[in-house]
Amino acid sequence: MAITDPPKIVTARIGHDDSHTLGRYLATGGYDGLRKALTMTPEAVAAEVDAASLLGRGGAGFPAGRKWSMLRKAPVTYLVVNGDESEPATFKDHLLVERDPHQLVEGVVIAAYALQVSQVFIFLRGEFALGLERVQAALNDAYAHGAVGRDIFGSGFSVDVVVHPGAGAYICGEETALLESLEGKRGFPRIKPPFFPAAIGLYGDPTVVNNVETMSNLPWILLNGGAAFAALGGGRSTGTRLFALAGHVNNPGVYELEMVTTTFNDLINAPVLGGGIPHGRGLKAFIPGGVSAPWFGPDQIDLPLGQDEVAEAGSMLGSGSVVVMDDHTCAVRAAWRITKFFSRESCGQCTPCREGSGWLERIMERIERGQGREEDLDLLLDACDNIAPGLTWPPQQTTICVLGPSIPSSISSAITMFRDEFLVHIKEGGCPYE
Amino acid sequence: MSDQTTPSEEFEFTLDGRTVRARKGELLIAAAERAGTFVPRFCYHPRMSSVGVCRMCLVEVSGPRGATLMPSCFIEAAPGMEVTTDSDKVKKAQDGVLEFLLINHPLDCPVCDKGGECPLQDQTLAYGPGETRFVEEKRHFEKPIPISELVLLDRERCIQCSRCTRFAEEVAGEAQIDFIGRGEQIQVSTFPELPFTSYFSGNTVQICPVGALTASPYRFAARPWDLDQVESTCTTCSVGCRVAVQSSSNRLTRLLGIDIDPVNHGWLCDKGRFAADAVNREDRLVEPMVRKDGTLVAVSWHEALETVAKGLRAAVVEGADSLGVIGGARLTNEGAYAWARVAKGVLGTDSVDAQLGDGLPAELVLGLPRATIDQAASAATVVLLTGDVREELPVLFLRLRAAAVDGDLSLVELSPQATSLTAHAAVSLRYGPGDARALVDALVSDGTAPEAAKDADALAEGRRLLAEGPVVVVVGRPSLAEDAELVADAARALAEALPEARFLPALRRGNVLGALDMGLAPGILPGRVSLEAGRAWFAAAWGTLPEARGRGTAEILAAAAGDHAGGSPVTALVLLGSDPLTDFPDRRLARRALESAGFVVAVATAPGDVLEHADVVLPAAEAHERPGTTTNIEGRISRVGQKLVPPGQAWPDWMIAGELAVHLGHDLGFDSVGTVWDEIEQVAVSHRGITRTVLDSHGGADGVVAPLGSSPVSLSRREPLDPVAVPGVESVERQGASLQAGMASSPNASTAPAPGEPSAGAPVRPAMLSGVPELDVPHVSPADGYSVRLVASRVLYDGGSAVEAVPALAGLVGPGVLRVNPHDLDALGVAPGGEVRLRSTTATLVVPVEPDPSLPRKVVAADLNVPLGDGTVADLIDRAFPVVDLRMESL
Repeated sequence: MAITDPPKIVTARIGHDDSHTLGRYLATGGYDGLRKALTMTPEAVAAEVDAASLLGRGGAGFPAGRKWSMLRKAPVTYLVVNGDESEPATFKDHLLVERDPHQLVEGVVIAAYALQVSQVFIFLRGEFALGLERVQAALNDAYAHGAVGRDIFGSGFSVDVVVHPGAGAYICGEETALLESLEGKRGFPRIKPPFFPAAIGLYGDPTVVNNVETMSNLPWILLNGGAAFAALGGGRSTGTRLFALAGHVNNPGVYELEMVTTTFNDLINAPVLGGGIPHGRGLKAFIPGGVSAPWFGPDQIDLPLGQDEVAEAGSMLGSGSVVVMDDHTCAVRAAWRITKFFSRESCGQCTPCREGSGWLERIMERIERGQGREEDLDLLLDACDNIAPGLTWPPQQTTICVLGPSIPSSISSAITMFRDEFLVHIKEGGCPYE
Repeated sequence: MSDQTTPSEEFEFTLDGRTVRARKGELLIAAAERAGTFVPRFCYHPRMSSVGVCRMCLVEVSGPRGATLMPSCFIEAAPGMEVTTDSDKVKKAQDGVLEFLLINHPLDCPVCDKGGECPLQDQTLAYGPGETRFVEEKRHFEKPIPISELVLLDRERCIQCSRCTRFAEEVAGEAQIDFIGRGEQIQVSTFPELPFTSYFSGNTVQICPVGALTASPYRFAARPWDLDQVESTCTTCSVGCRVAVQSSSNRLTRLLGIDIDPVNHGWLCDKGRFAADAVNREDRLVEPMVRKDGTLVAVSWHEALETVAKGLRAAVVEGADSLGVIGGARLTNEGAYAWARVAKGVLGTDSVDAQLGDGLPAELVLGLPRATIDQAASAATVVLLTGDVREELPVLFLRLRAAAVDGDLSLVELSPQATSLTAHAAVSLRYGPGDARALVDALVSDGTAPEAAKDADALAEGRRLLAEGPVVVVVGRPSLAEDAELVADAARALAEALPEARFLPALRRGNVLGALDMGLAPGILPGRVSLEAGRAWFAAAWGTLPEARGRGTAEILAAAAGDHAGGSPVTALVLLGSDPLTDFPDRRLARRALESAGFVVAVATAPGDVLEHADVVLPAAEAHERPGTTTNIEGRISRVGQKLVPPGQAWPDWMIAGELAVHLGHDLGFDSVGTVWDEIEQVAVSHRGITRTVLDSHGGADGVVAPLGSSPVSLSRREPLDPVAVPGVESVERQGASLQAGMASSPNASTAPAPGEPSAGAPVRPAMLSGVPELDVPHVSPADGYSVRLVASRVLYDGGSAVEAVPALAGLVGPGVLRVNPHDLDALGVAPGGEVRLRSTTATLVVPVEPDPSLPRKVVAADLNVPLGDGTVADLIDRAFPVVDLRMESL
């Protein structure tokens, strides 16, 4: 079976130029999943999603059905969709909001029906200018079509959906910071416990926060059944997933692939996918799941694209962003760039992340510029340890949210895998790749 | 901080291997501290919400996935919880957090005001790494930037704990400072074009755990280790906030709030905090002076007191009412008592008044059932029949605001204009001057509401809330251009309609309640008894007594000015730390009185216009220069401490009074402030049992409410101060014995012998005033259609001596403006920001106006003691009328 054989669950429509329009959507089975859901009980819809074993696509990979079942019963509950995709090299939700906004809207209404919430907020990254425009236009059309709003398709179920543009902070992709921002406050993450959104979320009410891609899977699951979804993939990693392939490959882009049955090697090197590394260079390392994930070396390229398989190997599938570094890449510089990103995006609320990220960045920069000292390597690891005690994976943390323990991943990976390269920077007083 | 939990709500958990007890809902950090384990912290403050951001208080808490690091300030202790505060993992986290906090911290401790009392310094020493591994360039910001007239911000020192921003938002209710930026560049900032004008800004400096926030008056003034401290009570207003008074080289350097449960929770207002600096002014009066050939000449105390004795004796020979004594709210209870005894018991005059036309009838204040601040804060309903509490009694505003915002308190505001509490009031009803009684009648019975309050829903809601007990009424002066009897009449109506209601008098002068308790009011004797009821008791104790009720301040001044219809003129005036020229609402009458009085004695601490009229000036010790006691609005008696030696020959007031008595031929037997208190405790029936031993005990540290038994007295030792919550305040080890149960019980009703008198045939203890008194309520004519009615209200920073004497505060006195209902402005054709001409019976002023939709039609308002156009609002007030009607014209 070819790696391109399994069904396209969320990207079936994106080949069309008008994939974002209601016309194309309806012509390709749009809103049929919602119509079907509305004939079922909310519990049955949730059961279907549970049966699909759909893992959250935002990064943590928590089963969506389980998450829904944990929603505290209360008079007012909310569904919030996290579309604040802002990490370097992560761009799979970007595709979905621009190219298939109706699929997102349909998924949102299905989820709202299953959860019986009457108010949904879609929090979209503010820089997604076209995506915001298209999701809003899709919503307007969906309202006119009767797929959102009062008495949807005559079912008696009503829900309002509001699109909220983010204001440019990466931290608002962290779900509790997102809720704070949605409430009009500074994007500061909340402390868990007790602020688990399912218990105390938006405006203090129980809230489900789901990712854009997670929502976009729901129409297919409703139409084809949870079992059909669960039949794809392997183990806990069912269905397909979007992978944003970036870095040193011939064909960077977003690929929808069946989980587990496909490997990193397929993604990076298959001619129909990444197409290999340009200029005939070799693979130095790759980041399997976004820049907060520990790096892998060439020896792990045959790992399957499965959540548990990657976790067991010491990293994570995370946001589905795969970054490829060829053998001409400076590991110090790469880790420094990632650290610099986290330092700029730390919210500044809690001490280890606010101060630690800036310090680590400055040390990394110093080494890259040739002013490092050998003791800096131990210092880097110990300072990382003070943010993520033990430097274990999954990490522990001294911080409020997981942005803190995201910082050490690239530094400790780079030092562990390429210690010699650091020493060359230090001894030669500069970067050997310049 | 409350101690309300019953033992049944306590449970056990494991702390570092020990089994300890915690209360339901108690934060782990607090439970550990009570169990004797201090967990280091920066952002945590027991009086504010926890945010868990500094990460210094991480401890290991066992859970389903093993022990994890959790912020102990954010999670509650739970039964069976296993907590470790001293594991290697915790210590590593503490090391790490401190190292992180210090990498960008400038370490300019040698030039930092906080150095020596800095929680960052202290906890780094106790918990941190010995050395830094940071070799990079630190983050830089422009060194201190002023964020208000009083507060400077050094962003390099800031550790982003958010104590200041939380205080501003949660406690003061004014989110005027907040964070901007993110990551390393996050910084505290004011909003563009919006300054940090909070009256409570000094608290942000006090609770800052580093030297990021400094107050301009204290900046570079001292090093903490050079400071010495006594515990005292602030007497800038009458709330009675507990303070630490700190000095160096006999110079007061600063006041810091001390956290006591019943009153101030550690907070101070900026006026109280910074006005204390007045004691340092260079031009303090240091020697007695007598006017000779038109100029005041320094003389000995002997000569000055001889001159006073001669002048006063000459006056009272013509009739006791020829002498008037005005003031006394600045004094300690002991000073007030000594002067009351000299005036009433030696000189025989009852024309004595501690209030300056800005108060309420003494019989009403002393007779109404008194509430405590805690009772008000925990009441179901508080009726506000007073001026703006934030302007007059700022920390009472904090307590009431907190109770209304966080608690179950409903506020019913009866006021001519919007106040700082209007936004938090469940019901806010407006009335024009003279209509307070009518409004209360409409609320408690079925009277017709004044035009401005004809809102049936609001009246109905007000009625519902008054029916819900308990009710506390805060009664003060909504307007000083309205006769005090008018608001007293409204209070009386509330007291009669709500027999269970208690009252909190919102009289703002420092120890005015103590002065009234001590008898510095016409018709009143010490111990809250009337002249008539106390006649036999005090005749035995004192000998002489006034024959009849005397005059209050307004009548004294009128009689001195020659307006003494039928009565005798006032020829001699004693001003006890009072200045009628700025304190009395009718400015013109005060000036005429001082110009006309034949013999004026000023007991004063500093120069002022009033001294131009004085024939003798007696220099007195200020607050912080003499020990004694003071009494707050609740009747809470607490110690004031002496930290400084009075300048030159200035004496404490009790000593001046005692020595004057000697010159008048009476030795009162006072040889220390303690002996004065002992006599008060003996003769003032409201103060029976509140002995020096009680006041000095651990339980007395928070003050004791008179009469004993009317409010619980804490028997427990005060918990030690948290040095991180209030950096700079040293725990004061009290000298006195621990209060024993029984010592603070209500005294029995047996008679006590008066001092120096034989006990045989001793008179029966007089009854205290109680209930509502007879009032002399003036008739208010309806306003004619051409007039507007004046409301004269207070602002915190006014031209009074407490503000004017302090450079840091004097700049905050703003120009006044006349507030007018916008429809009235439209009718006049005057634009906002324009000017109008105001004519009263006494003056004509041209004043700027601004629209205020909260005012009823035909009611205008302005603040006292600030410049208003080409004069002040006091120029317009005529004491001869119960309300002040003005003609308002466009120019």
